[in-house]
Amino acid sequence: MSDALYLFTSVAVMALVTYLIRMLPLSLFRKKIKSRFVLDFLYYVPYAVLAAMTIPAVFYSSNSVISAAAGFLVAAVLAFFERGLLTVAVCACGGVFLTELIMRLFV
Amino acid sequence: MKELNFKTGLRDGIPIALGYLSVSFTFGITAVNMGIPPITAILISLTNVTSAGQVAGIGIIAAHGGFAEMALAQLIINIRYALMSLSLSQKLDAKYSLSHRIITSFCVTDEVFAVASGKSGDIPARYMYGLMTLPYLFWSGGTAVGAFLGAILPDVIKSALGIAIYGMFIAIFIPPSKKSLGVMSVVITAAALSWFIYYLPALDFISSGISIIICTIIAAALGALLFPRGKEAADNE
Repeated sequence: MSDALYLFTSVAVMALVTYLIRMLPLSLFRKKIKSRFVLDFLYYVPYAVLAAMTIPAVFYSSNSVISAAAGFLVAAVLAFFERGLLTVAVCACGGVFLTELIMRLFV
Repeated sequence: MKELNFKTGLRDGIPIALGYLSVSFTFGITAVNMGIPPITAILISLTNVTSAGQVAGIGIIAAHGGFAEMALAQLIINIRYALMSLSLSQKLDAKYSLSHRIITSFCVTDEVFAVASGKSGDIPARYMYGLMTLPYLFWSGGTAVGAFLGAILPDVIKSALGIAIYGMFIAIFIPPSKKSLGVMSVVITAAALSWFIYYLPALDFISSGISIIICTIIAAALGALLFPRGKEAADNE
């Protein structure tokens, strides 16, 4: 399979599955979910997804594990103090950038 | 009470659109960093309109994962939209036709859902179209800017920007972990499982998409079993 075909098919699969998940319940079903377990499971899903996607991938998101770990630390502290999404993200980038600058001085 | 029409929908969409700009910009950069062509990154944003699913998707593409893995990963990560669509379907007004439902369901995101379900009374289709317009344009446009800038930015800047999307994820799951023991347990469980799957040599056969599925199902099920939420908490959503 060519690269272009692989890319196109992957995107088509992504888009189709994501669309059907949204479209079918909105168009077909009218009943409410009653099961407490299912409701609680669905409530927890986004947090589980984001945590699993972040750890350990965040540590490989920059040129070095050390600068990425510094950025992660900055993000975690600011998020703990409930700063906004943009603030946390920008400061994490700043943490990575500064750490890589400092590392250059010593290498 | 203000009327719900295309114009009020557009206005309610402005803050969502601004928030999407930064996330989609970093998505574009992240995609290009992973070796995804800019055009593909843009196509993904145009056709998917979801952050977590798209990030997992480009991870799977970068690792040359299979289509079944892709489909299953998207199903698990995005299954929450089924609940949102289900909930939203009860709020649409009587004139909301099937064709409008088929079109507008395309853009049911967490934020669009949150704003729409916060409105009192039934929602007309024209309001939903207004609400979705700017977030959709900014989501796609931000991806394009990120993807093309990502291809020309110097390496030190790209390296620093690579963490941005994870910074946003962290800002989403840490604050509620302080307030809810259930959320904290789910986050720690999912992160620990993901860590073990990544580093244990015996589990090397598990790809990134499958890993997210396993971690999510186990952590969310454990949370629902051990930390069921009160009836009031669920009704207030």
